[in-house]
Amino acid sequence: MTETSWPLWEVFIRTRNGGSHRHVGSLHAVDATMALHHARDAYARRGEGVSIWVVPSAAITASDPGDRDLLFEPAASKIYRHPTFYEVPDDVGHM
Amino acid sequence: MSIKALDSRNAATIAADREARFEARIGAEEKIEPNDWMPERYRRTLIRQISQHAHSEIVGMLPEGNWITRAPSLKRKAALLAKVQDEGGHGLYLYAAAETLGVSRDALIDQFLTGTAKYASIFNYPTLTWADIGAIGWLVDGAAIMNQVPLCRCSYGPYARAMLRICKEESFHQRQGYEIMVVLARGTPGQRAMAQDALNRWWWPVLMMFGPPDQESQHSDASMAWKIKRFTNDELRQKFVDATVPQAHYLNLTIPDRSLKFNAATGRWEFGQINWDEFKRVIAGFGPCNAERMRVRRAAHAEGAWVREAAAAFARKRRAAAAAVEATPPRAQAALG
Repeated sequence: MTETSWPLWEVFIRTRNGGSHRHVGSLHAVDATMALHHARDAYARRGEGVSIWVVPSAAITASDPGDRDLLFEPAASKIYRHPTFYEVPDDVGHM
Repeated sequence: MSIKALDSRNAATIAADREARFEARIGAEEKIEPNDWMPERYRRTLIRQISQHAHSEIVGMLPEGNWITRAPSLKRKAALLAKVQDEGGHGLYLYAAAETLGVSRDALIDQFLTGTAKYASIFNYPTLTWADIGAIGWLVDGAAIMNQVPLCRCSYGPYARAMLRICKEESFHQRQGYEIMVVLARGTPGQRAMAQDALNRWWWPVLMMFGPPDQESQHSDASMAWKIKRFTNDELRQKFVDATVPQAHYLNLTIPDRSLKFNAATGRWEFGQINWDEFKRVIAGFGPCNAERMRVRRAAHAEGAWVREAAAAFARKRRAAAAAVEATPPRAQAALG
């Protein structure tokens, strides 16, 4: 690793207890420890975090945007997975 | 038709299809993400715009950094430090967004330090008094917000998301600046005069921040078609004037424009001629502070090299130590405790 070719990390922050970590952005850092420090400085200046994850970008496997339609088609055609597909009589009240 | 001719006709059709599908996605307000296909011109225009935005944030730390040691109170000093820190952070978000388009941080920094890339002309003006810090927060950040809110809906996902983060943080900047102006404008005659003087010097350069008039703007048409830019330069400039004039009136300060006139029919403030020669000179490198800004940034980069080297060296040391512990047999590890 040369002086300037620091690896890229993706940053995820959990903003409050019980929430999920959410992706907030990326940064370059020499290693995982520095990545956490930088993430705190760059993405949590307003105390928005209770927990930070940093992941080397190279470790992420992403679905191909070109395959999007193919990948999600099985879900798209199964509307019976949604509660709105089902009718419940009004007299029964909220369900 | 020969095979070769068929192939090249097919290639042309495929390329045309891809362009058409891209335009359809833009039209449908879909977000373009880093791994999506995009026209080369779209990619290049975004790299240019996002990286120049990033350079602007970093250079923007300098005129305000100038007054950190001379802020009139601890509260003002802390607020100014926080604002300047934010600007650094904004630069980082934007560099990260630009890099998703396939350009390296090193290449971007290099373009900036060699003067190949531009940055916002406004930062080539000096901060002569404490009131300038108020004027910058109120007017420069105000203008930036006017420009940046529509960018939150830009077609390129990473840029739009970076802008959302930036806009959330930017509103403290404008309020911080305006509060300084309120206190000065209500203060001693000397303080009021200082506030008026700052407004006199910053008003016209701020109007130039929105760029050349619509008929002269080189990059606008493609940017509008690709939903990178949502409003024209003149539209944003007018919005800014309409929002800001009442704010100046509240301060009992005079905007340095004798032609400024409210048009009751349109509900807009008409303003005077901008000196575009000054704008072109400053963009070309002949503003009051261009040379100093570049000198300071180049020095900072050179003098900061030891920090980057130390970080890399420390990381190597940490990795070596971790590897040594791993290579040690279990009993010896226990002995190491």
